[in-house]
Amino acid sequence: MRAPVLTFTERGIFCPAGGFYIDPWRPVDRALITHGHADHARPGHGRYLSTRQAAPVIRHRLGDITLETVCYGETLWIGDAEVSFHPAGHIPGSAQIRVAVKGEVWVVSGDYKIVPDGLSESFEPVPCHSFISECTFGLPVFKWADQSEVAAELNGWWSANAANGVTTILGAYALGKAQRLMTLLDPGTGPILTHGAVEATNEILRAQGYTLPDTIRVTPDIHIRDHPGALVIAPPSALGSPWSRRFGVSSSGFASGWMRLRGVRRRRAADRGFVMSDHADWDGLLTAIRATGAENIYVTHGYTDIFARALTEMGWAAKVVPTEFGGDEDDGTTEDAA
Amino acid sequence: MKEFAALFTAIDQTTKTSLKTRALAHYFTHAPDSDKLWTIALFSGRRPKRAVTTTQLREWAAESARVPLWLLEESYPVVGDLAETIALVLPEPETTTDLPLSYWISMLRDLSKVTPEGRKQRILDAWGQLDSTERFLFNKLITGGFRIGVSQKLMTRALALATGQDEANLAHRLMGGWTPDSTTYHALIEAEDKAADLSRPYPFQLAYQLEDAPEKLGSSEYWQAEWKWDGIRGQLILREGEHHVWSRGEELITDRFPELARARDFLPDGTVIDGEIVTWDGTAPMSFNTLQKRIGRKTVPKTLLKDAPVVLLAYDLLELNGADLRDTPLRDRRARLETVLSALPPEAPVRASGVIAFDTWQALAKIRATARDARAEGLMLKRLDSPYLAGRRKGDWWKWKLDPLTIDAVMIYAQAGHGRRANLFTDFTFAVWQGNELVPFTKAYSGLTDAEFTKITAWVRKNTLQRFGPVRQVRPEHVFEIAFEGIHESPRHKSGVALRFPRMSRWRHDKPLAEANSLDDLRAILDAFG
Repeated sequence: MRAPVLTFTERGIFCPAGGFYIDPWRPVDRALITHGHADHARPGHGRYLSTRQAAPVIRHRLGDITLETVCYGETLWIGDAEVSFHPAGHIPGSAQIRVAVKGEVWVVSGDYKIVPDGLSESFEPVPCHSFISECTFGLPVFKWADQSEVAAELNGWWSANAANGVTTILGAYALGKAQRLMTLLDPGTGPILTHGAVEATNEILRAQGYTLPDTIRVTPDIHIRDHPGALVIAPPSALGSPWSRRFGVSSSGFASGWMRLRGVRRRRAADRGFVMSDHADWDGLLTAIRATGAENIYVTHGYTDIFARALTEMGWAAKVVPTEFGGDEDDGTTEDAA
Repeated sequence: MKEFAALFTAIDQTTKTSLKTRALAHYFTHAPDSDKLWTIALFSGRRPKRAVTTTQLREWAAESARVPLWLLEESYPVVGDLAETIALVLPEPETTTDLPLSYWISMLRDLSKVTPEGRKQRILDAWGQLDSTERFLFNKLITGGFRIGVSQKLMTRALALATGQDEANLAHRLMGGWTPDSTTYHALIEAEDKAADLSRPYPFQLAYQLEDAPEKLGSSEYWQAEWKWDGIRGQLILREGEHHVWSRGEELITDRFPELARARDFLPDGTVIDGEIVTWDGTAPMSFNTLQKRIGRKTVPKTLLKDAPVVLLAYDLLELNGADLRDTPLRDRRARLETVLSALPPEAPVRASGVIAFDTWQALAKIRATARDARAEGLMLKRLDSPYLAGRRKGDWWKWKLDPLTIDAVMIYAQAGHGRRANLFTDFTFAVWQGNELVPFTKAYSGLTDAEFTKITAWVRKNTLQRFGPVRQVRPEHVFEIAFEGIHESPRHKSGVALRFPRMSRWRHDKPLAEANSLDDLRAILDAFG
């Protein structure tokens, strides 16, 4: 029997034919990175490889690393493995990684969503024999409304706050979710203020050519009275912190797939919860898996055993793979659940 | 249903009481009377009779959503609410409708007249025209437990705001055994209150836990002290030759405690007494465990009446000769209570709950320490010049309980919570050592902070050894201090003991697994305090 194209080790997903890891969680010599979120792009590896679009953020976050880049769809050979990166639709620059060895094709999904968000490169189904899929939201209770509906809710909330003289504070993960939300905001309502962590990412993405609305970085000399009707975007951890008190009377909101659940929404103690995720919902996961044509599905991160059982009943050969991913939109219990 | 759903959304989107009250008051000014009546009923713990079983609901929902039943069942603990799970899993509705809340409630009520197949069809039809929020509320009407962040107190305040009526007066009107089928909005809220239901109880006054030293309450001479009994709070009403007994949960429990019927032989008509129902051995209360045997029984077998007889330990007089005494100071109410009770023979089922004489707070603290000998949980402190107020008010009534008993135990099973604790592991089973084995002895759900629950949840996910449905067996590692109010022998439990009010009082990060307590330690507590 041939060695599998990818194996699951305690350092991460490994390709024996190419001698590289994909999104490893312990230091390795050579790491292929799907996207810049902290649970996928970790420090300490010898060499990194990512898409050209993901590289600036990864450099910003990891500092002085040896990082090579590749274009979407470009094929390169690493050892005996043929490797290419394909859009995952998760955040700007995010990729699925396709690895082919002697005609057998495996794809690592990284994190993904299949519905275009107008900012990230749109998800592209990649035919393969084995598909390693995340399943953060792999339960049938998770279904997302159209982005336009969420945008309308969001803008309605903002304009009502602005009319009442209340500052709007929106908690969102600094890379990806924050920028996606910005593009959905109606610029006519008021100015968009940003926390430094969000603005740092904005600057990088703008320099790359991604179109983002104008924003104002919150610095100590910014006074909210000079910015009536403002909406402030900050990392979730800044909500309710001393930092947020400078905005006076405010209404807080939070956007995440977890906001679909009333229990989580109430626990969050934000005034409003918007159901919007950068991960695929139940139907999205099934659509993506179907589109790969794969027979073997390895599921990671989320309700893996439940999702694997459901896939098995639907006729796939599905297995659970333990990984240490989970960060941007984890189990709804972590502080950074976005 | 749209109006009711909008009300729910407005309430659900805020944590601010003032906004909730305003939303409710707006609703009470605009909604049709029949909807208002039902809304009042729902927010005061009344609900339509269950028309279909939750098992049927699950099956129909799974079928309708085209997912296997087990997958819906697995989703339930993540969502933490069955009504919500079903609302989320169903496909988008095909049409919408503007039928009012009361229509859907009538529809559910009429289901009992329909064939089983017809019931299913009507539920599916309802799901097919209600949006996600409306569906959630519709399902809640069936599954019950309408807790959506609106207390009866808040609802009453909103109703007062909307109608211009006095809040306390409304609170009293809302007490008792009415249902939306037995009354109308007009009769309940607006009509002259002459034909008031004779069985109607007064709203109970409730106490807060005393957190500070009693010295903070000022001079001790302004305070009355009583034992705090571990029984069932009850209100005994004697009017027009009838007697009625109400629990604090506004449940009519007259038939459960037939002993109290004899109160009619000894007490004058037009009397209302507030007190504690306890099982009584002739001289003192018996353990709560004995009372527990009585609580669930609607009809009481003779042997149980003999083994676990109850009395009402009276501590307040709310009505005498048909006159409402609640505005009279406690000092005077107490004096009148003692006069009323002084003539009672020993066989009367009502006895005074004694006032404890004390000179200083310090002396009272010493008395409190002997509460267990008196079979009490601690003390009640009540301000002598205070009126009898409705509900939980800070200032006049305090419970000053004994420090709980504690034991250090090992967490061995974990289960996800419900509602706002959905998807968090919050329900745990604890064990003590017996040799090298861990013997489970109690469950506990409360006492940790949200941050601690979050932390333990992450740990449970990584340290699950085995799953039994929603229950996870975890690696024995964490030791918790379990606090409890009482302990008694229980052959039904593997450990042989059962605890009263167990909760986690401390996460003992400092304690190694091996140093958790043993079953012998637990039995020693049973011998000392059981």
